[in-house]
Amino acid sequence: MIFEYAPAPESRSVVDLKPSYGLFVNGSFVDPADGGSFTSVNPATEEVLAEVAEAGPQDVERAVEAARTAYQKVWGPMPGRDRAKYLYRIARIIQERSRELAVLESLDNGKPIKESRDVDLPLVAAHFFYYAGWADKLPHAGFGADPQPLGVAAQVIPWNFPLLMLAWKIAPALAAGNTVVLKPAETTPLTALLFAEICQQADLPAGVVNIVTGAGETGRALVEHPGVDKVAFTGSTEVGKAIARSVAGTRKKLTLELGGKAANIVFDDAPIDQAVEGIVNGIFFNQGHVCCAGSRLLVQESVAEQVLASLKRRMAQLRVGDPLDKNTDVGAINSAAQLARIRELSDVGAAEGAQRWSPPCELPERGFWFAPTIFTGVTQAHRIAREEIFGPVLSVLTFRTPAEAVEKANNTPYGLSAGIWTDKGSRILWLADRLRAGVVWANTFNKFDPTSPFGGYKESGYGREGGRHGLEAYLNV
Amino acid sequence: MTATTTSARSDLAELGRSETALRTFLHGLPGVDQIGADQRAAQLGTRSIKTTAKAQAIDLAIRMVDLTTLEGADTPGKVRALAAKALRPDPADPSCPHVGAVCVYPAMVPYVAEVLRGSPVHLASVATAFPSGQAPLEIKLADTRAAVAAGADEIDMVINRGAFLAGRYQEVYDEIVATKEACGAAHLKVILETGELVTYDNVRRASWLAMLAGGDFIKTSTGKVPVAATLPVTLVMLEAVRDFRAATGRQVGVKPAGGIKTTKDAIKYLVMVNETVGADWLDPDWFRFGASSLLNDLLMQRTKLTTGTYSGPDYFTLD
Repeated sequence: MIFEYAPAPESRSVVDLKPSYGLFVNGSFVDPADGGSFTSVNPATEEVLAEVAEAGPQDVERAVEAARTAYQKVWGPMPGRDRAKYLYRIARIIQERSRELAVLESLDNGKPIKESRDVDLPLVAAHFFYYAGWADKLPHAGFGADPQPLGVAAQVIPWNFPLLMLAWKIAPALAAGNTVVLKPAETTPLTALLFAEICQQADLPAGVVNIVTGAGETGRALVEHPGVDKVAFTGSTEVGKAIARSVAGTRKKLTLELGGKAANIVFDDAPIDQAVEGIVNGIFFNQGHVCCAGSRLLVQESVAEQVLASLKRRMAQLRVGDPLDKNTDVGAINSAAQLARIRELSDVGAAEGAQRWSPPCELPERGFWFAPTIFTGVTQAHRIAREEIFGPVLSVLTFRTPAEAVEKANNTPYGLSAGIWTDKGSRILWLADRLRAGVVWANTFNKFDPTSPFGGYKESGYGREGGRHGLEAYLNV
Repeated sequence: MTATTTSARSDLAELGRSETALRTFLHGLPGVDQIGADQRAAQLGTRSIKTTAKAQAIDLAIRMVDLTTLEGADTPGKVRALAAKALRPDPADPSCPHVGAVCVYPAMVPYVAEVLRGSPVHLASVATAFPSGQAPLEIKLADTRAAVAAGADEIDMVINRGAFLAGRYQEVYDEIVATKEACGAAHLKVILETGELVTYDNVRRASWLAMLAGGDFIKTSTGKVPVAATLPVTLVMLEAVRDFRAATGRQVGVKPAGGIKTTKDAIKYLVMVNETVGADWLDPDWFRFGASSLLNDLLMQRTKLTTGTYSGPDYFTLD
């Protein structure tokens, strides 16, 4: 019998979208000085969701000033236990409003509701809860008897996990006693603006959190502003390098979390069915818009055929479509520009001689869509094995020995994450020692937890977010 | 099927002739990562099955029920009533399908056979010193033959878990082969009692062992030990039947039994079948639920979908 799942859409009515949004500066929503604006669209339908203010240099100035005042007068002097109360309050409100936030995240970003509901939002709340716990225990974090905050943090975040990246940035900054000016990505600003409403609801003192929306120029104005003490950026390696150059020679402290081209390494003794799940989760989770995505599958040649057959069978089960349908596994590509890049690199892959395969799948007519794709017969010399595609495209390579696996896995300018699949504990430890990657997952992939530090080697950036280590980026140590 | 399948089939048939070959083969199967299997099962459990899909799933689940009573207190009257319910689960609604089979102890088979004769509902009997299987082989085989002679067309045997856990795979294999022979034309379901095998690696090995020995179905549990069917165990067994068919061309059915009480549970299993082995197994010939109280919940949900209101439990028969 053919078992067809009927549509199971999550209701949009929980989200109360305004036609336009201002900037969140000094505790209230204000119009930008020069009145500029842009729109945010639903990538699944290309429908305009809202008009959003574009912050210019004057607006950035106001926001940094508000953050400075709040830092000096309120947040900096406030005892840690009182800062904790605000953070706990924010965490609880996020939990209470999680359905609303999840639906809005899926609308603005294109990710499936099951991911925003079951992964993003629980992690967002967990991050605030976790760092709330640190706020009054900083003397015990291992950074001296009385570690001091830095001051005003300028934070620029990407569009792939809009609210989660906001949480990774804001929660530790606030716990350590800093104030922030955050710029969300121009294609996904809406949940950050809803978060601003949550700050109001939590009675967070004015100026502690400021949200300035805009594109690259806004971000540049923010990170180059002389009044900021700390710059934190998550995004592409190209922009990260530009930021590192602009910050060089200043007193600003910098952390960067950039691109990746992670190897997911499958040995012949791996639990094959679970490894295949891990491969799928590694590259098709969040449409592959994940900096630590397992975009290179390194599979031992002796089991390559078997693993690929299982992988293809599993990929045929992926449900691509309406992000708000509760049964959707793969949603929409976030923007036309990103779709164009994924298409371009995929065409290069095919032109360079790799074999391209996608399961039969019907894509919606409107919106930005790309079918889950794998390339086999890929070598280290192919561009699709070297460049970050940031989409649902997997490059499959083979290896013969553990040493060759390490060599190939490390043969990349990036070093954010890696995965190992084997039944042998000793091999996991041997490999983890040799992989130059900030995170190594063993028999799992894309697992995140607020207590665990995350960050890169080489061109994947520097500094760590999450855990006790994540506090260091926001303390004067 | 291809030539490689045919040769693979004959290679696999050779395995049962030597303890060493069996052990090497079973221990060479890919391992199961417990955390990963649990997560996959939980993920599939979040599928949202509504409206038409739910109606379709409920009717299919009813057709897959092995309506079961396995109590010391079973009487001819009790099992006759159960058989009548199997034929017409919802007397108020003639469009409601009949169940897959009735499952009873061998001594009760003749009474059920009277009721089911000429109907499409199968008659399953547990056998082989169910549920422990701790009896001499001759007695287990006599048990099986008696059930078949009395009219059972499906036999639910238990494997020798003692022998399996002691690593005597040949002994387990031979018992299944002998029971299959004693079944004659009756279908053989092999109960692994996964609650006693505990690890998923054991479940995968026992599944292959049962299939290699000729079982037509592999079944999770007797319902007589604390841990009965679970979603991850069923996932591992579904993967085994999928891989077995790919290797040999022979399709084997799967029957989770025990602890499946609600429509919601049953639908989770059907989603798992759909996304693990596909449409070929979405049929009462290839997937069954060993259950008793599940049926009434399915009927209640079915009535809710057709009428829009919940009826109280008094509107559904209690047999």
